[in-house]
Amino acid sequence: MKRVALLGMPNTGKSTLFNRLTGSHARVGNWPGVTVDLSTARVLVGAHMVELVDLPGLYDLHGFSDDELVVRHFLEAAPVDAVAVILNSSQVDRQLALALQVKALGLPTLVILNMADEARRFGIEIDTARLEKGLGAPVAPISARFGTGVPDALAKLARVLDEAGPARQASVREALAEDHRREEQIESLVRQSVVVPERLSEQASDRIDRVVLHPWLGLPLFFLAMLAVFQAVFWLGSPLQDGVEAVFDFLKSHALEPAFAAFPPLLRGFLLDGIWAGLGTVAAFVPLIVVFFFFLAAVEDSGYLSRAAFLTDALMSRLGLDGRAFVMLLMGFGCNVPAIMGTRVMRDRPMRLLSMLTIPMSLCSARLQVFVFLAAAVFAPSRAPWVLFGLYVASFAAVIVTALLFRRRFESREPFVIELPPYRMPTLRQVWLRGWGEVKHFLRRATRFIFVGVIAVWILTHFPAGAAPAGPDTWAGWIGHALQPVLGPLGIDEKLAVALIFGFVAKEIVIGAFAVIYGLEGDALAANLAQSMDWVAATSFMIFTLIYTPCLSTVATLRTESKSLSFTALAVAWPLALAWAASFAFYQGMRALGY
Amino acid sequence: MMQIGMTLKSAPMTTRTPLSHLAPGQQGVIAAVDGPEGLRQRLAALGFRAGRAVVVLRRASLRGPLHVRLGTTDVALRQAEAGGVSLRAVEPQAA
Ligand SMILES: Nc1nc2c(ncn2[C@@H]2O[C@H](COP(=O)(O)OP(=O)(O)OP(=O)(O)O)[C@@H](O)[C@H]2O)c(=O)[nH]1
Ligand SMILES: [Mg+2]
Repeated sequence: MKRVALLGMPNTGKSTLFNRLTGSHARVGNWPGVTVDLSTARVLVGAHMVELVDLPGLYDLHGFSDDELVVRHFLEAAPVDAVAVILNSSQVDRQLALALQVKALGLPTLVILNMADEARRFGIEIDTARLEKGLGAPVAPISARFGTGVPDALAKLARVLDEAGPARQASVREALAEDHRREEQIESLVRQSVVVPERLSEQASDRIDRVVLHPWLGLPLFFLAMLAVFQAVFWLGSPLQDGVEAVFDFLKSHALEPAFAAFPPLLRGFLLDGIWAGLGTVAAFVPLIVVFFFFLAAVEDSGYLSRAAFLTDALMSRLGLDGRAFVMLLMGFGCNVPAIMGTRVMRDRPMRLLSMLTIPMSLCSARLQVFVFLAAAVFAPSRAPWVLFGLYVASFAAVIVTALLFRRRFESREPFVIELPPYRMPTLRQVWLRGWGEVKHFLRRATRFIFVGVIAVWILTHFPAGAAPAGPDTWAGWIGHALQPVLGPLGIDEKLAVALIFGFVAKEIVIGAFAVIYGLEGDALAANLAQSMDWVAATSFMIFTLIYTPCLSTVATLRTESKSLSFTALAVAWPLALAWAASFAFYQGMRALGY
Repeated sequence: MMQIGMTLKSAPMTTRTPLSHLAPGQQGVIAAVDGPEGLRQRLAALGFRAGRAVVVLRRASLRGPLHVRLGTTDVALRQAEAGGVSLRAVEPQAA
């Protein structure tokens, strides 16, 4: 087995090529720093079975941000047979520097000029044969996105492997020693083999940017677009959600109830009102989550994220953060875990920590389910979308408060320099893969957390034997009672306390827990919830759910990424305190106003 | 070189102008890049090297970052970072 590493600057299409060659589903996005960890897959190259390694992008081998360190550590630790350096064809003039650095590692090298399609559109011509001679390495122009040139590149890689000696570790330090001599070499290489038009013709990206990055319209446009996206998600997702609910109902009344009719009541209750109701309630949200991720994937792949960073940097800098931290908050709307890992692109530890402290307050898709469910149950249909939008605003408010309070403790001098890639039309394939990947992720979590959580909640609400289900004499009742001094002032009653405790493990459990606690599902559950809490109590519950710890996976990620137990403790304790204070202020304030 | 007078009233011809002083539409040729080691390397990797032309496309409001273009690469950077990039031959870009 041979090992081949994919190296290149961020956003040059390494993961796109990796996916195309191996059929993997590595995350792709038009944002420098999508891949922050390495992934491997096998592929046959000529006669060689190859383990292909997709790495984070790096600007140069000196780099010392955490994502770049992943690459360095990999190169220094793992012997490789060959490296494929991937350059963006339309930016060879500057990216050749990395190719030369990599060549100096002394490993067999193939240079891949990706995005040939874009280079052609920009009117850039590259004389491959000349470049090969100048570099002393084979060069293959491809388009990873459309697949052109890929077979040829594979053939060239096979030839490199044929001639390669045994696998070796790279000597990064030596490669860097002779850095200064490279400048002239690049100049002459570019002069000989690259033709760039005198002036770039105006591209579509320029026209879009003129509107999107307008000094005064840019930010309002951004928020309008966000509002529109959320409206679209619900407009598309709601009918699908109703459909899934109907299917679950039908199965229950036509298949399960007859089948379980002969079971003892306790077991039947456990299966139908416990597991089935819990899973069904959560499953109803799968379509909504999928639609949501389709949109998120499209935004990520468009190139707009870098623009969002540009637009928001001025505001974020006043919070001690930067535009990239804002983009991570946006990614956190999907799931907080990859967003926290995405902060690896920041070199400065204090800013990275401050950013990681704020990301868990970003309203992730799991919390979205809880809010969609509660808002629909308690508020009029015309109001519910505004309640949701209000929660997104509250999410930003929590971030702002947190950053303002902690920016002195995590003071940093991190420079802000990012690339603005051209806009790229999201491909259907990419968006589909991403949406599908999220469904799988959701189902995996469903089997892991929801199933176990629902069972645990059922046990807590039905034992000791003989107690009225979810009544004050059950274990859940005792727990709720013990927590009343803390949760009572927030308007959160004994029954809901148990849901909150399980929400600490994963927010997906919360509505599943509702279903079990009330022994109902779907519309009946919603109606029952609306009776047992008014809009003030429901909103207070949602505010608490929004701010306190999102889930155990997030806590685990905070721990591994910060490598600090005390920081992790802070990142759990502070949101709990803020959640309590915000809910308390809202609930008591509204009651004082007479609502 | 008459245009220099238009952009920087009292600047003699040998003066270097920091990139952060340019208005949208103006361009210049990079003379030197200063700053901490890590920042200079990152800037070099993005194409900020002596002798290369850079044009300012726009500035974000509220003293936010600059959007500049070097050849085919678009970069956003803060004023503080742009202050370390000194330019010569500054001129307003022909419309
Ligand atoms: N036009 C065009 N776009 C491409 C091509 N290859 C990749 N892209 C796009 O370029 C962007 C970046 O692709 P990725 O595969 O995520 O790049 P990467 O090198 O893995 O990026 P990092 O993981 O951030 O270092 C995505 O929007 C891709 O769709 C190509 O050949 N042509
Ligand atoms: Mg990648």
